[in-house]
Amino acid sequence: MEGTASLAGTAAAGAAPRRRRNYARHYWWFVVPCGAVVLGTIVFPWVFTLYMSVHEWRLGGGRSWVGFANYAKLVEDERFLLSILRTLYFTALSVLLPMVLGLLAALAFHRKFPLRGLARTIFILPMMATPVAVALVWTMMFHPQLGVLNWLLQQVGLPPSMWVYAPETVIPTLVLIEVWHWTPLVMLILLGGLASLPIDPYEAAKIDGATPWQAFRHITLPLLAPFLVVALIIRTIDALKAFDTIYVITQGGPGTASETINIFLYLQAFAYYNLGYASAVVVVFFTIIIALAMVLLWTRARVKDA
Amino acid sequence: MRKVKRIAGNIGFGFGVLMLVSPAILVFLWMLSLSLKTELDNTDYPPVFIPNPPVMDNFAAVFERNDFVKYALNSVIVSFSATGLAILFGVPAGYGIAKMKATKAAVVILIARITPGLSYLIPLFLLFQWIGLTGTVAPIIITHLVITVPIVVWIMMGFFEGLPPELEEAALVDGATIWQAFRHVAMPLARPGITVATILSFIFSWNNFIFAMVLAGRESRTLPVAVNNMLTFEQISWGPLSAAALLVTAPVLLLTLLAQKQIVAGLTAGGVKGG
Repeated sequence: MEGTASLAGTAAAGAAPRRRRNYARHYWWFVVPCGAVVLGTIVFPWVFTLYMSVHEWRLGGGRSWVGFANYAKLVEDERFLLSILRTLYFTALSVLLPMVLGLLAALAFHRKFPLRGLARTIFILPMMATPVAVALVWTMMFHPQLGVLNWLLQQVGLPPSMWVYAPETVIPTLVLIEVWHWTPLVMLILLGGLASLPIDPYEAAKIDGATPWQAFRHITLPLLAPFLVVALIIRTIDALKAFDTIYVITQGGPGTASETINIFLYLQAFAYYNLGYASAVVVVFFTIIIALAMVLLWTRARVKDA
Repeated sequence: MRKVKRIAGNIGFGFGVLMLVSPAILVFLWMLSLSLKTELDNTDYPPVFIPNPPVMDNFAAVFERNDFVKYALNSVIVSFSATGLAILFGVPAGYGIAKMKATKAAVVILIARITPGLSYLIPLFLLFQWIGLTGTVAPIIITHLVITVPIVVWIMMGFFEGLPPELEEAALVDGATIWQAFRHVAMPLARPGITVATILSFIFSWNNFIFAMVLAGRESRTLPVAVNNMLTFEQISWGPLSAAALLVTAPVLLLTLLAQKQIVAGLTAGGVKGG
């Protein structure tokens, strides 16, 4: 790009040679205003959180330097450690199920059929809907006595469930909503992947008499692998970040049965006002996510090469 | 025989597609059904599915009791401002990053995009307290930039990278400044990208709950917070609650239906290219 530009510059025979020489530097001015915004709203919070995490910092109660005491306390805080386990449980299910369903949906929407556009639009609606609004409707559907879901279970001869009202069923139930919400995003990523696949291997396979299953297993899956990895990582990050639905429906309850890291963090910061301690939680959580970001970038590079 | 098999296969496929889309349809239809029924029908068991006759009382109740119009106005102000500012700052930034191939700048955007929103809130909450902004919509708009700016920069970066550079170069040769080349050559070409970025950042700002929940006072609540408060603080009646939920999410659902092509393009690109 810059090579072509300087060639063009020479061709223009000194019309404005000075400007062209400092080509790249001028473009900084396009980035500076936005850089200031990012610095103020994104980078400042990161740095300030680090600073707060080494203080005992209570809202309205002053602050004092405590070194790494907040972190030491975290390692021994059983409630925090359990919240990590719950987050992993929730994340594992919320990644696996949308991946499987999203792949099936992408394969279905890759085929041509009547009303495909409409069906696809309806399918992606949950992803765009306001999470809080949908969470309220789910809450009503989960009602143990009057909810429509227990009525449906009864119709097919299954025993009623306590849904979000019992410790054993609360996380799988929240996963159900997460699956409903985010399977469409997995589908869209994989659908984009399917659209980019070459057709030659399929024609060759057809000539060689491969069954559709063999073609899927030995051509589609390997070629789709980079997209599957990207979907997997995006889904993992989003599942770790899940907050709205859990907070609106259970606020971590019953008891602490659905208290994930994010809910624990929220309660520490804005219910108990332990701002220093909550900041330490943010730093730990952030580290986990940065590690995932590295994997994401690495995957992205590989997808681009492929 | 083969024909029968094919028809059976098609019916099976059709059934499969129906299974895929029915959870989406049924939840929204149930939301609509709850919002159009009387309280008596809503708490009946077995459930009443078709409102008979449909009543508008629940919607009337929402508008009467809950300062709904004020909160809707807040939501509109916040989402439009956060989107507008993001476009204003983000479109040139996306252009600059694309031109300089500044992948390091892109990493910051990427990390911002995947950091949980909650982790920005503690320092920003303190900051807004110190400078005395709490209780107005200003802090909510500013925090929404955390969501909208990365979306816009990311989409525009990808879009400008994909534009052929020849036209701008021709303009530069003709003596245009790089700002003019951006403003009059690159930006008109990038209009579809700007549309996608605007729609997506508006939707995600509109849907956002957590920033306003922590930062908003009684006067500055956005719709998602107002609706959540209906659940928490008032006596729960399903009809008005569903009506409010439906009103909150209707604008984004409508936008999705109208602009589904752009949304699909934006999300696929955003997803595959690393957002």
